[in-house]
Amino acid sequence: MLRQIEGSQGIAEAVALCRPQVVCAYPITPQTHIVEGVGALVKSGDLENCEFINVESEFAALSVAIGASAVGARSYTATASQGLLFMAEAVYNAAGLGLPIVMTVGNRAIGAPINIWNDHSDSMALKDAGWIQLYAETNQEAADLHIQAFRLAEELSCPVMVCVDGFILTHAYERLDIPTQAEVDAYLPPFDPVQQLDTDNPYSIGAMVGPEAFTEVRYLAHQKQIDALEVIPRIAAEFEASFGRVAGGLLRPYRCEDAETIVVALGSVNGTIKDVVDAERAEGARIGSVTIGAFRPFPLAELHDVLAGAKRIICVEKALAPGLGGILASNVRMALRGEAQPVLTVIAGLGGRPITRASLADVFRRAEREALDDVTFLDLNREVVGAQIARAAGTRGSGPIAENLLRALNPGLVHRVPPNEDAKQ
Amino acid sequence: MTEDTAPQKIKFYQTGTHTVGNRLMDEDGRTVQASMGRSNAITSGHRACQGCGEALGARYALDAAMRAAGGKLMAVNATGCLEVFTTPYPETSWQIPWLHSLFGNAPAVATGVAAGLRMRGKPEVRVVAQGGDGGTTDIGFGCLSGMFERNDDVLYVCYDNEAYMNTGVQRSSATPPAARTATTPALGDAPGNVFGTGKFMPKIAMAHNIPYVATASVAHLHDLEAKVARAMEFRGSRYIHIFVPCPLGWGSASEATIRIARLAVESGLFPLFEAEHGEVVASGKIRNRVPVDEYLRLQRRFAHLFRKGAEDRDTIAAIQRMADANIARYGLELPEGTI
Repeated sequence: MLRQIEGSQGIAEAVALCRPQVVCAYPITPQTHIVEGVGALVKSGDLENCEFINVESEFAALSVAIGASAVGARSYTATASQGLLFMAEAVYNAAGLGLPIVMTVGNRAIGAPINIWNDHSDSMALKDAGWIQLYAETNQEAADLHIQAFRLAEELSCPVMVCVDGFILTHAYERLDIPTQAEVDAYLPPFDPVQQLDTDNPYSIGAMVGPEAFTEVRYLAHQKQIDALEVIPRIAAEFEASFGRVAGGLLRPYRCEDAETIVVALGSVNGTIKDVVDAERAEGARIGSVTIGAFRPFPLAELHDVLAGAKRIICVEKALAPGLGGILASNVRMALRGEAQPVLTVIAGLGGRPITRASLADVFRRAEREALDDVTFLDLNREVVGAQIARAAGTRGSGPIAENLLRALNPGLVHRVPPNEDAKQ
Repeated sequence: MTEDTAPQKIKFYQTGTHTVGNRLMDEDGRTVQASMGRSNAITSGHRACQGCGEALGARYALDAAMRAAGGKLMAVNATGCLEVFTTPYPETSWQIPWLHSLFGNAPAVATGVAAGLRMRGKPEVRVVAQGGDGGTTDIGFGCLSGMFERNDDVLYVCYDNEAYMNTGVQRSSATPPAARTATTPALGDAPGNVFGTGKFMPKIAMAHNIPYVATASVAHLHDLEAKVARAMEFRGSRYIHIFVPCPLGWGSASEATIRIARLAVESGLFPLFEAEHGEVVASGKIRNRVPVDEYLRLQRRFAHLFRKGAEDRDTIAAIQRMADANIARYGLELPEGTI
């Protein structure tokens, strides 16, 4: 049924339609509305046979999900940013134990400096924890991916992280089609665990594994992800057949036929990118884009097939590997190993900075003129950065960087003389 | 009951010792361990050190819980000695469903197990979570407090050997003052662990007003089993804190584990009590009170207090004051005229 609702509410309702049995919640912006929504459905009785547990930390939230999943209960939680890092140990643990938990990440920057707005630093920090990582482009896809995620997780016995851009998607009101319970029940069978604690058949889960088998355990975790490369498109196709709309899949090319320049990105920014592609195409540019739906497993072969014919690849990414550059670009280069074309990185949207069509069009055109650096920071304020570099070079006690930048950006709001300025006088 | 009416004949060498106790009991009063029907939840062959108090305590606690649960029991284990020495896979000592996730999350995992069992229509299956003092009072403290606060239906058992033994004897917040550990060496002006810090988890558990809190000791195994049985009568969060000497970490003889545990109780340093809904309801009276010296002298971790010709009487007196305070606080004194 079509309704005008908040992205978080759409996700909450989609999760509830998946009949989770244990949902654990800890508040962190910007995912909080999601667990609030699920909690309300449990409390009202609309979601039956589900325990909603308010825990004391994200670490506990995922740990509760681990325990519940280990006895064969369908388990769900959601987090973001600092919360994802706070539960990092349990994130690896859930994957290592092969427990098919589904977790939403409302993507948000990681501090310091503390920042509540959207980028992909959080999920990128845990990209190699052994979870499948899906990225939603729209609110409709965010809701739909959760329905697919439970099937994917349980078929492979592997946890799945559904990454949803904080605020841009979680807090946006859009028209969403939330399916009926009968439709979801027909698509998602009951959880049939491959392992579970059972008093009639007692075994130990979580034993220590030494050098004699650790590599083999890890190999099988890798193999599970490789298997997911086949499962993800299959269940996305079945979803399309059942629900009549496209969602998920490994990747989605947009106007890539004959494209000389192809832009690759994750998540909601693809909407903006497609608008720019359309505008540039109208001006005669041969440009296309690819939305990456699954970042783990990374669709190396599928991406190669789409990108190999292009003259240049531009990765627009909302995360940064300091000291290296782009994370997505590093992965894309892996897909294009042996190919000659450059893979350029545009770091964009960090800490919620708007990614405008004008700025994107500018970097795409520079790339076409072969005038774009290997790594570009979109809309970087060079004046402020330059002043800080000069300040740091001029005095040892130059003070905290973030606060210096904010002062430089708001000179009229400075109420007191900074200590080192004071010392100079 | 006398020797004549005892269900089992007592041999001459058993009289006048503590070991005779079980044989004087009628069948119903005997320990779970004395029963051929015990579950052996942790069976033999594990890799604990000789004289390990934790292995003994866990065996008694789990078998007693198994009996109380009618065999329907699952265990969640924090990382630590107990986890490592019981599961050198492909061998496992656990004959009950057992799950190990991480060091600091056993209470939360157990919460999830209990919730999952309810949702899967198996509320009769009971859940025990367990960890050492590091996993309980330090790294798992937040999760444990959360579990208590929500009154989740889990019995949590802490095996307290007063330091991080699995990593090589480092100080925990349960390490007693003056004790030497790898991170509180017996050096300098104030050798060993400092005074006036640390936590006593049972009191913190009581502050959550959970249904049941008890302390127990491997020197009083009958009492330990009875407390586990009592704990299993409740639903909601329950906490049992078991004192388990560690020969390796304490520098004590393997065969002295029970004796040291008994001296900890008889000196007053480790009070035995039960609390329900936040209030102490019973405490174990001390029959033969001993000065703390007798307890401390058996352990090399306190050897710096007893250097020849340079005994640290001030520190020993300070430890004695802690014992005296426990005796007063928990009413451990035997009433006048009792024998």
